[in-house]
Amino acid sequence: MAQTVPATTKWWNGGKSPFNVEYGKLMMWYFLMSDAFTFGAFLISYGSIRFSSNSWPDPNHVFNAVPFFEGSHLPLVFVSFMTFVLIVSSVTMVLAVHEGHKGNKKGVIKYLFWTIVFGLIFLGSQAWEWTHLHHEGAWWGSNPFPNADGTVASTNFTNYFFTITGFHGFHVLSGVVINLIALLMTSNGVFERRGHYLMIEKVGLYWHFVDLVWVFVFLFFYLV
Amino acid sequence: MSIETTHVHQSGVSHEAHHEVHHGHHHETFLTKYVFSQDHKTIAKQFLITGMFWALVGGFFSVIFRLQLGFPDAKFPWLEDLLGEWARGGQLQAEAYYALVTMHGTVLVFFVLTAGLSGTFSNFLIPLQVGARDMASPFMNMLSYWFFFVASIVMLSSLFVQTGPFSGGWTAYPPLSALGQASPGSKVGMDLWLVSMALFVVSSLLGGLNYIATVLNLRTKGMSMTRLPLTIWAFFFTAVLGVLSFPVLFSGFILLIFDRHFGTSFYLSDIYINGQALPNEGGSAILYQHLFWFLGHPEVYIILLPAMGMVSEILSVNSRKPIFGYMAMVGSLFAIAILAFLVWAHHMFVTGLNPFLGAFFVLLTLLIAVPSAIKVFNWLTTIWKGNLRFTPAMLFALGFVSLFISGGLTGIFLGNSSLDIHLHDTYFVIAHFHIVMGVASMFGMFAGIYHWFPKMYGRYLNNTLGYIHFWATMIGAYLIFWPMHYEGLAGMPRRYYKYDIWESFKQFGTLNQFISVVAVIVFLVQILFLLNFFYSIWKGRKVTTLNPWSANTLEWTTPINPGHGNWEGEIPEVHRWAYDYGKDGKEFIPQTTPVSADESKH
Repeated sequence: MAQTVPATTKWWNGGKSPFNVEYGKLMMWYFLMSDAFTFGAFLISYGSIRFSSNSWPDPNHVFNAVPFFEGSHLPLVFVSFMTFVLIVSSVTMVLAVHEGHKGNKKGVIKYLFWTIVFGLIFLGSQAWEWTHLHHEGAWWGSNPFPNADGTVASTNFTNYFFTITGFHGFHVLSGVVINLIALLMTSNGVFERRGHYLMIEKVGLYWHFVDLVWVFVFLFFYLV
Repeated sequence: MSIETTHVHQSGVSHEAHHEVHHGHHHETFLTKYVFSQDHKTIAKQFLITGMFWALVGGFFSVIFRLQLGFPDAKFPWLEDLLGEWARGGQLQAEAYYALVTMHGTVLVFFVLTAGLSGTFSNFLIPLQVGARDMASPFMNMLSYWFFFVASIVMLSSLFVQTGPFSGGWTAYPPLSALGQASPGSKVGMDLWLVSMALFVVSSLLGGLNYIATVLNLRTKGMSMTRLPLTIWAFFFTAVLGVLSFPVLFSGFILLIFDRHFGTSFYLSDIYINGQALPNEGGSAILYQHLFWFLGHPEVYIILLPAMGMVSEILSVNSRKPIFGYMAMVGSLFAIAILAFLVWAHHMFVTGLNPFLGAFFVLLTLLIAVPSAIKVFNWLTTIWKGNLRFTPAMLFALGFVSLFISGGLTGIFLGNSSLDIHLHDTYFVIAHFHIVMGVASMFGMFAGIYHWFPKMYGRYLNNTLGYIHFWATMIGAYLIFWPMHYEGLAGMPRRYYKYDIWESFKQFGTLNQFISVVAVIVFLVQILFLLNFFYSIWKGRKVTTLNPWSANTLEWTTPINPGHGNWEGEIPEVHRWAYDYGKDGKEFIPQTTPVSADESKH
């Protein structure tokens, strides 16, 4: 925090930002709150349908495939890898923001680059998982997986899975594109001329949010 | 953290300076000044005039379906000329009737009373009253309007497709809205409706983020939050409500689109349609209602709060008295904003909702009466023993208070889950929400237009026409909606095409005729207002003083026709709250006047 301002400053008296942030960052926070409600609505819808169903497919039997290990039963291994990659991308994003604070253009470029790479690995992994599930007959409106108790499941397992992970994947894709733009702007020296790397902080907020949402998606679709 | 951080923040925050630098050498063409303008005042006018267009369309729809309700057996050949197949033989067809009712609701709720009201006045007043050169992001603000414009085009185009616009009610409940086979309006008309509404949500989000950031970050020196005019507090809470509730509607719409086109069953289960069983299983139509009303209820406050804020301001200015209970007003706005999120299921008492759960929603719903009553009493005590100036704006503000009381009281009936069993989906509900939310907010909007027209266009609206407009609309509104309470109490259901085939409702035949005749007259009076509006933009009496209403707020310190950037020199500093009327023997003391040494405290 900016500690150079005397403690007696009246933050709310006008003429300055009460949170000592520029408007774009404020808007980003409010946008993320809004987006949290979008995902919240999806996840609560999913929860309400799932808990009103008598039984539900067991994720351990659905998500048990890993690329190059066809036919093996490795529950949740691949999705753990995806989650790990996304969390690492959050770490590299933190480092990019940190380099931005130091005004180190090269550092920002390096860590943004790795964030984008990890983001793309995540998206690629998701594409593989979707393709794999599609080959098994899963899609919107079709669910080949039986309930854990052996009864025939409704299609809402796959309906919600593809809709919510798809919506999240779309957010990751947007994040990668935004990071890419930030990377190009950094390497063109836009922020250097501007004198600050505030944009990297804002982009970082979005990226961390998308990671955080994944934690919930991971929890509610794969773990419980 | 490091010194660089501090530097970063300061250079970020000081964007005030940035505006001033660019102010002088800004060459504007017709296109950048009037069409793709980034000036909040022009964007506000764009929202207002687009909203007026929609009010005309949506109001005209109600005239057509009122003709059907009042004169179910009459033939109107001109209707066939106008609507073609929809009014075969001069008689409105049932399907067209449903479509008109649906479009009337959608258009009035979203396009007129959300975009047209909050879009206009948040844009116009926030920078002017907090003392800012423009919105935090003028570009996003412009985008907000153009998203609304495109949403408007899409919605308008749905009126012209062969199967007609969506006709399943403005709430768009599935399965009717999810299945194309269910009704002609649920075919491509519904797709256009959803696309339009999704664009509208984006517009609302872009606008809302801007309003919030501007109110928090761009207040001028001395403008603490507790010195903000109540208009700004109202716009602020409105924006927060929109930013947090529209995304939930958006999620609900996405699921609906999937149900319509991608074979999912989010809202569908066990359906038998046109003699054919559908494969959908496991979904819940009630789920949609939860998602819809999680927006839908805050939405009524998104509509109402801006009107409340403007009415507070106009009542105080024209009573020449400080607003009574400023902090209580802010607190009750806050309480309403919180409660708005906790009452949505009172729209769903008869869906099979657990009565035990319903009891909590009854409690929370009735709690809204507390902040509402605080506001009403504060308005009444504000005008109490004031030197009232009965300008058209003041009359509409007083009309708002009257309507809010009348409509609010019936809300207490409807908030009870047991009474709701009888009253649900009857004309009692129609009467309630039209008075308390529809007409009342419309009155707030009219009050705002009459009051701030001089600031918008540098001219006055014609007062005589304004008085005619007020009295005809005020009396008309009560004549239209008061009788509907009786029809509703007698159990007359809403949304029906024809009532004279029901023995129980035959008695209301002439009453329905009466309502329809008044509705037509009131509609014509609104056209009079529109003529006044557009005539006065170019030919109205010119404003010659900076502060025609002798008001305290900052917008009256700008030039009569402010340019982009609002103030020519420095932005004025604020030294006091906005409501020093009749203090220490002075009629009014603008916010920019420093507090003198011998001044009494308030």
